[in-house]
Amino acid sequence: MKKITAYSRITDSLVILNGKPCEITFSCEPGPGRLAEIYRFLESGYPKFFKMDNLSKAGFLASEMVLRSLHYDMESPDESTAVVFANRSSSLDNDKRFQETISREDYFPSPAVFVYTLPNIVTGEVAIRNKILGETSFFILESFDAEKMMIFVDWAFASAGTRRVLCGWTEYLDGHCDVLVMMVEKESDQGVDYNKQNINNIYIT
Amino acid sequence: MIKPLAYNIVSSLGFSAQDNYAAVRRGQSGIVPWLDPAGTPIALSHLDREKLQDAFEKQCKPSQKYTEPEQAMLLSASLAVAEAGINPASVRTGFVLSSTKGNIELLGIPDHGLGTERIHLWHTAGLLAAHFNNPNLPLTVTNACISGAAAQIAALKMLENGLYDHVVVTGVDMASDFIVAGFQSFKSLDPERCRPFDARRKGLNIGEAAATIVFGKADGKGISLTRGNVRNDANHISGPSRTGEGLFRALSRTLEDLPRDEIAFICAHGTATSFNDQMEAIAFTRAGLQHTPVFSLKAHFGHTMGAAGVLESIISMKALEDGIILPSLGYEEPGIEGGLNISTATVHTNKRYIIKTLSGFGGCNAALLYQTHS
Repeated sequence: MKKITAYSRITDSLVILNGKPCEITFSCEPGPGRLAEIYRFLESGYPKFFKMDNLSKAGFLASEMVLRSLHYDMESPDESTAVVFANRSSSLDNDKRFQETISREDYFPSPAVFVYTLPNIVTGEVAIRNKILGETSFFILESFDAEKMMIFVDWAFASAGTRRVLCGWTEYLDGHCDVLVMMVEKESDQGVDYNKQNINNIYIT
Repeated sequence: MIKPLAYNIVSSLGFSAQDNYAAVRRGQSGIVPWLDPAGTPIALSHLDREKLQDAFEKQCKPSQKYTEPEQAMLLSASLAVAEAGINPASVRTGFVLSSTKGNIELLGIPDHGLGTERIHLWHTAGLLAAHFNNPNLPLTVTNACISGAAAQIAALKMLENGLYDHVVVTGVDMASDFIVAGFQSFKSLDPERCRPFDARRKGLNIGEAAATIVFGKADGKGISLTRGNVRNDANHISGPSRTGEGLFRALSRTLEDLPRDEIAFICAHGTATSFNDQMEAIAFTRAGLQHTPVFSLKAHFGHTMGAAGVLESIISMKALEDGIILPSLGYEEPGIEGGLNISTATVHTNKRYIIKTLSGFGGCNAALLYQTHS
């Protein structure tokens, strides 16, 4: 039976792992600075984090929390894990940054910024960090929709050899963060039942 | 298995799948000299805006203002839907949009007056469904350069799971200053027409296009999309894996134990960047496809980004219908370590299977398997 074996939530004001708020005291106002504070709180030791755009940072941190709580083996390459994320605003937060580098008066496009002008880069960042060789996909929806997220998860499971899906709603725009990441396992006797109501409950918290 | 009921391509080579395929058969390229936003010469497959607007207004009879990517998307979808003869307004018809950047050009036009939501991909997909009075929430797939393959895989799942009876998959992307400047900053553009798999390849050309496939359930006749899978390299966000890891795995999952000598050809991603083409050779060889004829369509159309997976699949399916392996335009001198069987002439084939592959930023790779039943 499919179960949600771990889940995390990052919003402007909250950092929650498996239903429990993290004891993190923010020293800065809501915004990108808080992502760096969460990174330090998690002691990830992954300096590449600082090269990422805000969307990737937020998705990466929420994934770190979930995978670490499951003691996920990030050293062994594994094709049986899929990463399927979705959001509302694509990579618009970073797209605006890139647009600034090509404004007519000051034309100097930055490859380091351009590479993050695709929303699926966050799935690649999580795959690289954890040596995940399974499916990575990104979908856009107008708003969070548990039913649609479950359809995406089911599609990933339909790809041969997939045993678990790291599924996420990773929205970041103009300093506002709305992220949910959960691990859905095909066969597990632990965790929360995988159903629409539970997913909505996790999102609402 | 699902079956394409109708296709359309809107590109610099024409506004129908047939015209585009005929141009490819003639060896024609839509790539022309162009300038990047800084005035540096590049080569681009450019969609003529006047012709686009004329064709769009004639076909779609718009009652409101549409942006250029929206016009290309609606024109392509509308022509394909008309040809398929399906009811696009039915609750049993679904729409899938494949795009990387959609209306991104609006970011550079602060006073565009089209509202703040217009730049969002879900809004673009909403316009697509609304044009056909379709009541369902359309899906947007945005998975870098493999979007068009991921969108077809979504259609496969939707139809196999009985979610819909028909699914319209439309891919679109235009060469906005945003995209051109970005690829230029990566130094990945060839200022001349690109040369996939050739020793002198220097980079890619960007291409503008919209392309549509209307899928229905397979009936054991004609062509079908049999399987498709996506796998990640877990290696680098903007550079391909040196072992072709993700593409090899996507191919292995998709081909399973299909004898490799039953495959007529691979329509590769073949962007003509140094690393991409080499990576593909490694992955194809690892998957037992080193002798299978390979071609790239990028020297005809450029890299059409979100449309590429749809557009190149259509040309491949039309070649399969005709029993033909296409030559790889722009290829002259072997330029891949380990070697591949790059197709250099139009050759007839009786084989029934073909493969389409794509790879993209974020380390994603896709493989699609089509077959003909006749």
